[in-house]
Amino acid sequence: MSDANTSRPDVDASERLMIELRHVHKWYGQFHVLKDINLGVSKGERIVICGPSGSGKSTMIRCINRLEEHQDGQIIVDGTELTDDIKHIDQIRREVGMVFQHFNLFPHLTVLENCCLAPIWVRRMPRREAEQVAMQYLEKVKIPEQARKYPGQLSGGQQQRVAIARSLCMNPSIMLFDEPTSALDPEMIKEVLDTMVELAESGMTMLCVTHEMGFAKTVANRVIFMDGGEIIEQNEPEAFFHNPQSDRTKLFLSQILAH
Amino acid sequence: MTTHVPHPDLPPPSTSIGAIAWLRANLFSSWLNSLLTLGAAYLLYLTIPPLVQWALIDADWFGDSREACESGGACWVFVGVRMNQFMYGLYPETEYWRINLAAILLVLLMVPLFIKRFPWKRWLVPFVLFGYPVIAFMLFSGGVFGLEYVETSRWGGLTLTLILSSVGMAASLPLGILLALGRRSDMPIVKSVSVVIIEFWRGVPLITVLFMSSVMLPLFLPEGTHFDKLLRAMIGIALFQSAYMAEVVRSGLQAIPKGQYEAAQALGLSYWQSMGLIILPQALKLVIPGIVNTFIALFKDTTLVLIIGLFDMLAMIQAALADPNWLGYAIEGLSFAALVYWVFCFSMSRYSLSLERKLHTGHTR
Ligand SMILES: Nc1ncnc2c1ncn2[C@@H]1O[C@H](COP(=O)(O)OP(=O)(O)O)[C@@H](O)[C@H]1O
Ligand SMILES: [Mg+2]
Repeated sequence: MSDANTSRPDVDASERLMIELRHVHKWYGQFHVLKDINLGVSKGERIVICGPSGSGKSTMIRCINRLEEHQDGQIIVDGTELTDDIKHIDQIRREVGMVFQHFNLFPHLTVLENCCLAPIWVRRMPRREAEQVAMQYLEKVKIPEQARKYPGQLSGGQQQRVAIARSLCMNPSIMLFDEPTSALDPEMIKEVLDTMVELAESGMTMLCVTHEMGFAKTVANRVIFMDGGEIIEQNEPEAFFHNPQSDRTKLFLSQILAH
Repeated sequence: MTTHVPHPDLPPPSTSIGAIAWLRANLFSSWLNSLLTLGAAYLLYLTIPPLVQWALIDADWFGDSREACESGGACWVFVGVRMNQFMYGLYPETEYWRINLAAILLVLLMVPLFIKRFPWKRWLVPFVLFGYPVIAFMLFSGGVFGLEYVETSRWGGLTLTLILSSVGMAASLPLGILLALGRRSDMPIVKSVSVVIIEFWRGVPLITVLFMSSVMLPLFLPEGTHFDKLLRAMIGIALFQSAYMAEVVRSGLQAIPKGQYEAAQALGLSYWQSMGLIILPQALKLVIPGIVNTFIALFKDTTLVLIIGLFDMLAMIQAALADPNWLGYAIEGLSFAALVYWVFCFSMSRYSLSLERKLHTGHTR
């Protein structure tokens, strides 16, 4: 990989960006979903993305691991630019873990098999080692005793924690979360957020689309507000919540914090 | 302050269990239901006793000519005398052991597949699929290891039915899967080729396919090319059934939520890895009933090879019916055919049910 993509003259090496989006545009047919998105994420940064439904939050983070294709601009992940080159895409997907709103566990495999699958087939790890790694992460998310069960036998919160463990088994340097708690019953949200907080404390670079403002306040370095396919405002949580600049942010915050 | 005392578990009331309760709930729950029950009972009374009388009680079982059949019931002697031909077709009688050996070998190979923790399963399945057919072919055909050569035109009877259907099944499932994946591909050429193949083969009757393969194909091939008739029939059946299979598999692929593809992609699995490890195992499990349905249709469709001069079991039975010594026993012959086909098809159906149950892993995705 050439270094020209990654090192900018005005940034010193310790602040090397893990993710960089430069003038990213995307359309669904005629519909302009992402409009000139510029975003830099440094190593270890925890970013919370919020905004009204349909504002393009999911689309933006899904572009980072090429679940969606951007049509203009550049996306550079850990020094590799996302192009049509399948090698680049594969390399980036190995670096980037993703957790979905609906868990997307593989229902025909046990929890342990869900976790071992990608390390074995993508990283070519011996099965035994993969199982050890998987158990280690299942312990981290506090459900090692469910390893032999199938996803359909677990509660939503447990499934989401398995999904987090499954991503971590690939040893990613970046984790993307797309509304990881919005499909959960209220009493299960905390167990998933606790897992995410722990992950944040371990120094993982994280991008979370979430409306859990408590999580944003305690964990995030930066909160980003999106609306209509644009990044409207971004700031440290303290300033973001207490001193929002744009009217749209104020309106959104008043709606979401009202209850 | 009151403390809550949990209610103890009580047994169900006796009126809700037992035979009487079952009868009342299922057969006599309303006056319409009672009427239907009585009507059905009357119909059974009209048909079953005479059938049993004819097929079992009055029937003649032993003997070697039609003189043994005088009681007026079914003449199973006819089936017994012709049994070898129904089973082996025109295969030389001294070589029957080769077919028996192949059958025993197959059973021996299949038994371990049903044992839960058989250690060499991983090797056995490919062997049954790829190694066994070679062995079976050498046994049937001969010409090697001092075995007498038996040309394929003499293969027949139930043996031929089973050969045609197992080759058809073993070929149509993987071909059908490839066609289904092709039809859903993003690549326009792959997609259109798959669509054309599927729609062509689904659009023509199997009887036409068989007829063309045996009558028209030789016209296009260079003079003197020998292309075995049985092989042509096999290819025809396999391509025809894989078009159906492709649509069955495609319906399964469509039922898999997009999130499964995305999770596989996000983990870095390649296209073939996500298909082979994530999507197909789930999709095929969903369409087991459809797959077995296609297999059953295939099994019965093999009877059509009669029109290109291959003698499967039904053809052998029909030939026997035309024997002047045994005129008038069509009902016995065809009943026997029906029974054999039914046993095979019903077993497939039961096996598919047990497979579905075994592969069930909870309810939610
Ligand atoms: N596959 C798609 N095809 C067409 N439009 C889409 C597709 N996916 C999302 N959209 C539209 O793009 C917009 C942004 O969607 P999304 O990124 O999911 O928003 P958010 O996650 O912020 O709720 C929405 O208006 C949505 O309807
Ligand atoms: Mg979304």
